[in-house]
Amino acid sequence: MGRFLVRRAALGLLSLFAATAIVFALSRAAGDPLLLFVKPGGYAMTPQTMEAMKKKLGLDKPLAVQYLIWLGRAMKGDLGKTVIAELSVAEKVRQRIGATVQLSVGAWLVATMIGIPLGVLSAVRRGSVYDYIGRTIAGFGQSVPTFWIGIMLILLFAVTLDWLPVQGRGLSGSSFPGNWKYYVLPIFTLGFTSAAPYLRLTRSAMLDVLDSEFVKLARAKGASRGTVIWKHGMRNALVSPLTYSGLLLAGFLSGATIVETVFGWPGIGQLATQAVYQNDYPMITGSVLIFALLFVVTSYFLDVLYAVVDPRIRYVR
Amino acid sequence: MATQQRVAASAASAISFRRSGFSAVTDRTWYVLRRWPVLPLLILAALVFVAIFAPAVAPYEPTKNNLSARNAPGFWDPEWYEENGVEKRYFLGADHVGRDIFSRLVFGARISLTVMAIAVSTGLIVGVTLGVVSGYFGGWTDEIIQRVVDIWNALPFLLIALVVVIVYNKREWDFPGGRASLIMLLLALLTWSNFVKNIRVEALTLREREYVMYARVAGASHLRIMLRHLLPGVINTSIVIATLSTGGLVLTEASLSFLGAGIPPPTPAWGLMVAEGREYVATAWWLVVIPGVVILTVVMSLNFVGDWLRDRLDPRLRQLA
Repeated sequence: MGRFLVRRAALGLLSLFAATAIVFALSRAAGDPLLLFVKPGGYAMTPQTMEAMKKKLGLDKPLAVQYLIWLGRAMKGDLGKTVIAELSVAEKVRQRIGATVQLSVGAWLVATMIGIPLGVLSAVRRGSVYDYIGRTIAGFGQSVPTFWIGIMLILLFAVTLDWLPVQGRGLSGSSFPGNWKYYVLPIFTLGFTSAAPYLRLTRSAMLDVLDSEFVKLARAKGASRGTVIWKHGMRNALVSPLTYSGLLLAGFLSGATIVETVFGWPGIGQLATQAVYQNDYPMITGSVLIFALLFVVTSYFLDVLYAVVDPRIRYVR
Repeated sequence: MATQQRVAASAASAISFRRSGFSAVTDRTWYVLRRWPVLPLLILAALVFVAIFAPAVAPYEPTKNNLSARNAPGFWDPEWYEENGVEKRYFLGADHVGRDIFSRLVFGARISLTVMAIAVSTGLIVGVTLGVVSGYFGGWTDEIIQRVVDIWNALPFLLIALVVVIVYNKREWDFPGGRASLIMLLLALLTWSNFVKNIRVEALTLREREYVMYARVAGASHLRIMLRHLLPGVINTSIVIATLSTGGLVLTEASLSFLGAGIPPPTPAWGLMVAEGREYVATAWWLVVIPGVVILTVVMSLNFVGDWLRDRLDPRLRQLA
């Protein structure tokens, strides 16, 4: 077990290095970041001031050294300053992360509430109307582009019916229970499109379990249908959907970019895409680090939890 | 008790009635309809046909604009054309600069299919090779390949793709084939890791088979064993994963286009059409709805066919959501 934990942690750290190093190198491939500040030959820009500027930003050192300096500071929680407004990257991320967490958790709840009950229902009543409804929802949710369903929902509920707001998270100063209307569409969009694999996974896991010998034995010894489904079936079938649910949450935290763009949701996904368009490299590397960190940490705890909960899992493959 | 018996009897007679009502021909039709994904296969066949014969199918040039037909509605609103004195007719309407939506969809099919075919086959070749090598050799080779896959899967792909494309736009260097081939490369990079884990497991079990042992004893080289004895065994799984990945790739490509980092305009790509029409959604819904429905239909067909192939070729993959 100890060895498993260490291996898993080392792997997570490697992922973080890889993600940030790739993005760090990429963001520099676009050209000299110095040119974002100054134009050579511009007003009062002598070669000397250019050199001084370069020194101040640390751009005179080789790329690998720059990366290591950034990494060293990042470990102390300092992600540098944004190029455009010279604001602290860590501070900007802190301002935005709340919105992303709210969106992710909400969408995760929606996906779970659609996916697990419908999955169980369509497995238990295999071939019935419920099964068809469940499988249709799964097929639809898996095939529909997230941004498109977002726009369609805006068209229906915000533009045509005028029930819900189009975009954003309410006026500044308003907070959760008061501005709930702003949450409905983004959360539903993200949750619905992610419910599909959930549903399929629950359904197939449940079908496998219901087909197994111990369930047949339970039925044969006279346990009621309800007991068999909920006690014998669910408990054993839920392992893989639960794992998936953790990965889903991790994916939301690090990948709600599309939904945040469609709904103008002020989360870190939006922050990151804006930074990409502006070539604001400290912001890009900073947000990629945050994304990778959220993903790696969540999936690490998940793997550990999984191994603890289910003794059938072998720690070392 | 009596009621139950009556219900049972009437149910039985209903069944026999239905049975006798079906002729042998319809029985056969039903059988085919239930076993084969006829509609999805037809849709995909139509897509391939339209993509190959795009210039013949499309009534207009996909990139030619007509400013008098901006946001022109389609066949459902013929009066619009009378009122505005537009002579050309646009079957599915025209977009915000007056380009024919139907023609753009047709040429978009060509783009989508080319991108998918190249991205998936590249991903397939790389992924299957690594999977087979990883499973066959085991040990350190296996360890390294598997760790690379794990790390790869933890990367925030969409953001990295976005950075790559933006970097490419501001580049001082060139990429052979331009941005479209860059997108293909990115999508291939997204796909390959889907194959490795499953193929590796297959190769692991095949490696222990007796015929592989015999081949080894007979002095076959590693390369020969992998090509002649392991590869044929993993082909089914590869086809299934490839089909199931394609649907996801169409969605990813559309998402990239939507974020402004996909196939560059004015090339007609489906995701781009949705993105461009987004601002006019309140007044001209067809700009967004129609390309979206096309994406949805194609991805759904791909997923259906993928599921069907999986059930037929490789029931062990059923856990793969």
